[in-house]
Amino acid sequence: MSVQHAMMRFWLAFLTAVMFSAAVGAQVQEIRVAAAADLKFALSELAGQYEKQTGTKVNVTCGSSGNFFAQLQNGAPFDLFFSADMEYPRKLEAAGLAEPGTLYKYALGRIAIWTRADASIDVAKQGWNLLLDAGVQKIAIANPDHAPYGRAAVAALQKAGIYEQVKSKLVYGENISQAAQFVQSSNAQAGIVALSLAVSQGMKDGKRWEIPADMHPAIEQGAIILRTANDKAQARGFLQFVKSADGRATLEKFGFTVPEMDVPAAGKP
Amino acid sequence: MEALLLSIKLAICVSAVLLLCGVPLAYWLANSQWRGKFLLESIVALPLVLPPTVLGFYALLAMGPRGPLGRLWQALFGHGLAFTFGGLVIASVIYSLPFAVQPLIAAFEGVDRKLLDASAVLGAGRLRTFWRVILPLSVPGVITAVVLSFAHTLGEFGVVLMVGGNLRGVTRTVSIAIYDHVQSLEYVEANRLALALLGFSFAVLAVVYGINRGVARQIGRIWTPWPPK
Repeated sequence: MSVQHAMMRFWLAFLTAVMFSAAVGAQVQEIRVAAAADLKFALSELAGQYEKQTGTKVNVTCGSSGNFFAQLQNGAPFDLFFSADMEYPRKLEAAGLAEPGTLYKYALGRIAIWTRADASIDVAKQGWNLLLDAGVQKIAIANPDHAPYGRAAVAALQKAGIYEQVKSKLVYGENISQAAQFVQSSNAQAGIVALSLAVSQGMKDGKRWEIPADMHPAIEQGAIILRTANDKAQARGFLQFVKSADGRATLEKFGFTVPEMDVPAAGKP
Repeated sequence: MEALLLSIKLAICVSAVLLLCGVPLAYWLANSQWRGKFLLESIVALPLVLPPTVLGFYALLAMGPRGPLGRLWQALFGHGLAFTFGGLVIASVIYSLPFAVQPLIAAFEGVDRKLLDASAVLGAGRLRTFWRVILPLSVPGVITAVVLSFAHTLGEFGVVLMVGGNLRGVTRTVSIAIYDHVQSLEYVEANRLALALLGFSFAVLAVVYGINRGVARQIGRIWTPWPPK
């Protein structure tokens, strides 16, 4: 009997704790952002800046855009979606899952060939030729079937006229982060990764060569506010911050090209 | 379908390796009096607890040119281990190890000691006792071990995702192919492949469990433990 009592008391205490923490959790102001893997570092810095300015916490979850798209279609609880392309947010808008008219092209992605610092050949001098070198047995890219950066990498290789030669060396990361991780762990000798990752803290010591932007179709990236957003004003506030001069500067710092404003940010009532 | 065949090939290779390595390991674990045995038992059980991401992450590091496995492989075959079928087999063997070893230990420990004593009294060595007494009596456990290794490898996803590199016909297993289809919003193809995997898995399990029942009942008739000369 006493064991049962003890158990019951434990469960009661446990339930109370859970309910209490849920109630507290609901009071904290928080924006939930689903973001493409290439934004991992840029967006966490943006989130930190925004939190400092406004006190609103921005919770960023990074992953593959296609994965988020599938999850968002099935009611994933996010306020904002930063995709690595324009197509997914457009589809969400068309399906009535996003706030109409909130789609914003926040950046153009750039790609770079990246190797570890201890690579024997300097990619900065060699450029494309590095990929043809016999010492480079594997080249990591994001999966071109569903990752925008993977498609851009393949397009650039084709434009450079070496795709057929290097095709057998390609290995696919599930997203651009995993492609980078294959190179970091030396399992691939080179990778075509997002410039935003190549300039980040963990990778900036490696060697990189920025692939000219005209070698591949523009990687236009769009963000949109979701229908299911808890607090649409909050979500709008954060998106506005990304559009601001501060926000744009941070994106540029991480290797994104920030498009010209097509809507004036200031002067809103 | 290429992906499904690849997964089946991988599952067969992994089950075979696990059977070859698992039987001696399980026999030793079932019989050893060594005090530190529990440490090895814990290591064998670790893949049950660890998420595939952890295993895959360490596998990727170990298979790299600076990792122990990768260096060994490079010296032997002149190429790295990640993104190869061999690499997948090694990673999957580790991932499915407890699913092979634990049923085997249970089976070996379940053999009546009196039979082992009788075998020894009749002059059979340990190896002979193992082949003629322990193994025949453990057939259901062996079948369970093989089926579980096979099934667990067939359904493997995380480790393959971490070390595979998604190469068609080499490392793009059925679970990865399904994931890719879902990612590319090709839900019809994803569904078709997923259904094929579901049907195949069920058929294999049903057949094996059916056979296993019959074998367990008729074991004495098929393989008599100690045939008189």
